[in-house]
Amino acid sequence: MTTLSLMATRTWSRLPRRHVPVLATLLLLLVLYGVGVSQYRAFSNIQVIFNVFIDNGFLLVVAVGMTFVILTGGIDLSVGSVVAMTAMVSAFLLREGLPAALVLVIALLIGPTLGFLMGCVIHFFDIQPFIVTLAGMFFARGMCTFISGSSIPISDGFWTRMSQQRIGNPSGNFVSISVIIAFAVVAVAAYTLAYTRLGRNVYAIGGNPQSGLLMGLPVGRTRIAVYTISGLCAAIGGILLSFYTLSGAPLIAVGMELDVIAAVVIGGTVLTGGSGYVFGTVLGVLVLGVIQTLITFDGSLNSWWTKIVIGGLLFAFILLQRLIGIRYK
Amino acid sequence: MSNRTAGDRALTRHRLFWPVVVLVVLLAANTAYRPSFLSVQMRDGHLYGSLIDILRLSAPLILVALGMTLVIATGGIDLSVGSLCAISGAIACLYISRQPDQNSLGGVLTALALGLGVALVLGAWNGVLVAVIGIQPIIATLILMVAGRGLAQLITEGQILTINSDPYKAIGVGHLLTLPLAIFVALAAALLIAAVTRRTALGLIIESVGGNAQASRLAGIRSARITFLVYVISAACAAVAGFMITANVSSADGNAAGLWVELDAILAVVIGGTSLAGGRFSLSGTILGALLIQTLTTTVYAMNISPQTSLLFKAVVVIAVCLIQAPGFRARFARRRAPASAPAPVTEQPKEQVPA
Repeated sequence: MTTLSLMATRTWSRLPRRHVPVLATLLLLLVLYGVGVSQYRAFSNIQVIFNVFIDNGFLLVVAVGMTFVILTGGIDLSVGSVVAMTAMVSAFLLREGLPAALVLVIALLIGPTLGFLMGCVIHFFDIQPFIVTLAGMFFARGMCTFISGSSIPISDGFWTRMSQQRIGNPSGNFVSISVIIAFAVVAVAAYTLAYTRLGRNVYAIGGNPQSGLLMGLPVGRTRIAVYTISGLCAAIGGILLSFYTLSGAPLIAVGMELDVIAAVVIGGTVLTGGSGYVFGTVLGVLVLGVIQTLITFDGSLNSWWTKIVIGGLLFAFILLQRLIGIRYK
Repeated sequence: MSNRTAGDRALTRHRLFWPVVVLVVLLAANTAYRPSFLSVQMRDGHLYGSLIDILRLSAPLILVALGMTLVIATGGIDLSVGSLCAISGAIACLYISRQPDQNSLGGVLTALALGLGVALVLGAWNGVLVAVIGIQPIIATLILMVAGRGLAQLITEGQILTINSDPYKAIGVGHLLTLPLAIFVALAAALLIAAVTRRTALGLIIESVGGNAQASRLAGIRSARITFLVYVISAACAAVAGFMITANVSSADGNAAGLWVELDAILAVVIGGTSLAGGRFSLSGTILGALLIQTLTTTVYAMNISPQTSLLFKAVVVIAVCLIQAPGFRARFARRRAPASAPAPVTEQPKEQVPA
């Protein structure tokens, strides 16, 4: 009985500690939203929140993929370029007159294939993820301009339908299909991380690859899998972006990897791996989205303030993680 | 094949062998494509030619990469150098643009001092985050990478600041002894860093901190101080590179100045044989790597391929060079080739991996 209650108190006192970063992000999000509501009357409209989701659906999907990679202690710099390449390839193939279903399949295959290859190079040749995914980023960005130097509009029926379809209630509030897809991806990812063997392996390897290996976990397979997942998420993100913009542009999503990494870190995932949640990443993306909305609402603040604020938040959250003593290598 | 000497093998195993081969292949390809590539002309007392251009344009990259080499040698990484280039260039240009006489040497020197000073402060910020607070380098410098771009745009107020100052312009396009001044600046920085690190114990100390910061500290080295120092040096190098980049076009663009230079610099360092894990560095390798990247970029421009597509070539070269240098890749080849009695073919295979 005593041991039981002791254990209970111990788990009770340990649990919040792990959740503090996520709770801090949640608090920050609420504060930001509160500031918005108190400053601007239109901010309290529920559609503002929906718009944050609509504008950042693709970012959310990509950030979910990045969460997997960062949980294993790796990093994937190629996501922004893969997003652009996927949008570009779909726009190009659609212009060539291929049926939408086939284009979708091809576009969704490119990202995971690239991710798989990068994972293999990282694992088998023991080259730093940073360098390999950097090369992947250059490759994908180069492919974009190789396909076309200028942006390609999409006029395909399926794409325009997906872009313009509004799912909403009679009072006029709506979300796009992209948001539904993004939520589906989030749900699948959260389930995978929490309840499947792959998810537990990801956490274990992120915690300590050496002991993961000694425990007999498939370190190589898991590591390749996370880069493939990240590639798949980037590909889905690319499709969502092409729904959103109805075009493929060679220079779209430049520097997106930084936003994604920032969102994941602000969401409480530790960059050395092993600790973090998909839910935190969702909050991180929302924080970025709300900041952008605030700056748009203000009108007098310029876009560079977004970067400065994101940098400041990154610093605050890393410091917070440090203070509450989450292990750093 | 069988009479291959030990000297040959030592040569092909040398860290810088493959980068040199790629560089030579690139130069050869350029010459084949455009025979005038190698010619250097004397015009108005200055030397002109593609080779000179490559040297001049690679000067900022060499500078940034030199600082990056020291950071990477301690096992860290500095992602903020691109933003620092933009900030220092923007500050210098802003100060000069506010001067009544933009051509006064004193004003330009003050502007340079201001830009360098701010960069040093930001470098110290990076250093404190990494060495004192103990944040992972990649994250600590990511903060300034993201926020720094915003700061640079804040300084230029989102505009492209254009200045008209001959002394400042000279940093980018001026000449000295028939050669572009930028080359001398880069060379001086390289010699200075080489002298300080290789003629004193500092280089060894940096390597030991990169090898094992804890052990170095126990051996009596002030690891934290060394780590702090390399970020400040890196920031100083980035600042000078930022002056060059902005002086080249006589304007400061908070958004575009030094964009992706951190990635190019890291590539240059890696191609030069410095391990990202830290503990060892090669300054000559870094300079070679920077020259290789600039030659690649120039080659792509010269062949009328769009600059963005050059990234494709960069990706191929990076992967090829990294694979060839990776111990894992070599070991794999050695293992596969080991049963075949002759050891000679071991180094033969990778040649196919080198893109022309």
